[in-house]
Amino acid sequence: MEWFIIDTWIVVVGMLAAIACALLGNFLVLRKMSMMGDAISHAVLPGLAIAFLVTGARASLSMFVGAAVVGVLTAVFTQWVSRFGKVDEGASMGIVFTTLFALGLLLIVQAADHVDLDASCVLYGAIELTPLDVVWRPELLGTVIDVPRAAVVLSIVCSVNVLFVVFFFKELRISSFDSELATTMGISANVMHYLLMTLVAVTTVAAFEAVGSIIVIAMLIVPAATAHLLTDRLGTMVILSGIIAALTAVLGHIAALVLPGWLGFDAAVVETTSTSGMMAVTAGLLFALALFCSPRYGILAKRFRRLDRSSDLKAENR
Amino acid sequence: MEIADALEVLFLRNYNTRLVVSCTMLLGCACGLMGGFLLLRKRSLMGDTLSHATLPGVCIAFMVGVMLGGQGKSLPMLMFGATGTGVLGCATVLFIRNRSRIKDDAAMGIVLSVFFGAGVALLTMATKMPAGAAAGLESFIYGKTASMVLSDFWLLTTVTVCVLVLSLLLFKEFRLLCFDESYAASQGWPVKRLDVLLLGLVTAVTVAGLQSVGLILIIAFLITPAAAARFWTDRLDQMLFLSALIGGVSGWLGASVSALIPNMPAGALIVLVAASGFLFSMLFGVERGVCVRAYRQWNLKRSVGRQHLLRALYEILEADDVSEDQIRIRSVPFRQVRGRRTWTDAQLRRYLASSYAEGLIEQVGKEDVIVLTEVGLEAAAKVTRNHRLWEMYLIEYADVATSRVDRDADAVEHVLGEDMVTLLESKLQSTRPVGASAVPVSPHPIHPGD
Repeated sequence: MEWFIIDTWIVVVGMLAAIACALLGNFLVLRKMSMMGDAISHAVLPGLAIAFLVTGARASLSMFVGAAVVGVLTAVFTQWVSRFGKVDEGASMGIVFTTLFALGLLLIVQAADHVDLDASCVLYGAIELTPLDVVWRPELLGTVIDVPRAAVVLSIVCSVNVLFVVFFFKELRISSFDSELATTMGISANVMHYLLMTLVAVTTVAAFEAVGSIIVIAMLIVPAATAHLLTDRLGTMVILSGIIAALTAVLGHIAALVLPGWLGFDAAVVETTSTSGMMAVTAGLLFALALFCSPRYGILAKRFRRLDRSSDLKAENR
Repeated sequence: MEIADALEVLFLRNYNTRLVVSCTMLLGCACGLMGGFLLLRKRSLMGDTLSHATLPGVCIAFMVGVMLGGQGKSLPMLMFGATGTGVLGCATVLFIRNRSRIKDDAAMGIVLSVFFGAGVALLTMATKMPAGAAAGLESFIYGKTASMVLSDFWLLTTVTVCVLVLSLLLFKEFRLLCFDESYAASQGWPVKRLDVLLLGLVTAVTVAGLQSVGLILIIAFLITPAAAARFWTDRLDQMLFLSALIGGVSGWLGASVSALIPNMPAGALIVLVAASGFLFSMLFGVERGVCVRAYRQWNLKRSVGRQHLLRALYEILEADDVSEDQIRIRSVPFRQVRGRRTWTDAQLRRYLASSYAEGLIEQVGKEDVIVLTEVGLEAAAKVTRNHRLWEMYLIEYADVATSRVDRDADAVEHVLGEDMVTLLESKLQSTRPVGASAVPVSPHPIHPGD
């Protein structure tokens, strides 16, 4: 395995995306809305298409705005369908995102005569390519550092999310656990919900445009669920999920570099595999580790406690 | 577009259209049926998870195929791989949900993203393999609706028939599983095995459908028709039938329109047709639709208001300080009624208008007096009687303090049915004798208004 400066940037970008998603993911998991990232990353298609049709160019800012707006709308429509129609939240999410995706597909096909806007290229940003798009070259201690665009965008998103979670921690906590109590305390659970959903939409769009949708979907759920298995305190859970997300980025990229070799592929032919895919897999392995070995909620710990208790009982009965 | 063309397509006279339309219809029916069970189990997004979880299986099957010296793209092989990881994905979701504090939604999300991530990693390696032609491997899960062949049709027919027969045979068991899992378990049904079987059927439908119509359409087919059918009925058998029907019709309409108009992808159109069906059902469904529920709520509010008015009138007439004259002509001053409850003038006038429409009060010249009709007085006596019976029941059996029983009784008395009233009478007969239709004395002092 050889490590270049590019690999460092890939890990940094991956880390920023993972932490930004994981922080918000905690609240999605607690609100039983884990699939929101998946829903939004499919549903933004019409936003991209409309932005393209209106401006006539693949300018990334207008596409970003279009996608973010539709992302927020996904959350709003989901809420409406489940509230007014009394439909299960998962089902309403599924209906909304498949419909929006189909709408986007139609729009793109209609526009496809004079453009090349490919549905799959929109959904697969590639983290491996991010270091090539350099926007800023500051000089530090005599060396020029090439800062990629994705790193700048994702640091902004990540810091906004950190600030949001820190400043609204109390409000988020109360409205996630007991929205009625929140309302009686003068915190509008609705406002918090839409604020959270707006940030989720913006983060999702920014991150998948830069690094691909798999990282977004995985990082919104898996680190938070892993942390949820390890602690009962929300503050600890949020910090843990951030650490797990960062760890995932490092281990995931290393895995992407070494896995083909382990599987017996010739290094000259199959050099590396997808970093985003391996980040998701690494996150899954960390989750499995927590699932079995968590000191309080792990399956093994529960089994040992049960054995302990039954031997105690036997001793008492004897 | 010619009308003759339209008819030709809608009635399936063209071979290629006939194939595509019948495939999507079959799939719509099968998915609609399975989606009904998934919706009731609150697992609608299982289709989403499953269809993403097939990707690693497809890639592994391809790689194994290449290593064995073939091209790697044999359809049975790929489907076998897809089914393998699909089932593994389902099992993982169930394992996480049953063995930890992680809920269904997060378990599905974890399996979706991790399996799909593994699939992408494998796919990246597969495309770099020198021997096989991995290009277009991902189209296995994104579908190719327009270019279906006869073998797709037979595959879908087989799967649909299997799903139909099995869910008919196990209808009772699946129903129990959907509505009361723990009861089913306590009755000795093999709940976990049934759950696995149900998800196995869903996997079969998903894998069979994926390579012909693609991921998004499968997800939509598994959710939308079932959710739409739910608005029309409360009975499971009817709901499943409707859901399969909506799925089939969406498939037929969407695929036909796509064949008629150039540049319209069939998958997207079918999703949109199903979504319009859902929107229509959500608004106008006769059992749980938005309009029906709004009407029911409005009706209930009105009848509760009317009952409050009648009881207030009765209690005023029953009090001592009312003149003989007033009782004889059943008239009550408006001012006195106004002070009975915290209602606004406008509310009170609305209730009066609705009571007049029902023939319970007489319209009289003087504005400030309300006069009950014979029927109205009878209704008022009945309402008051129900209220007091319920109050007495609460005091007797629920140990509610006399001073606050009025409010508690208010909360439920409007939904008391005839048989409930009879039951109350027989319960209370032993402790406090109540005549067949006499209004019992109020168990607490009634505060005159204003």
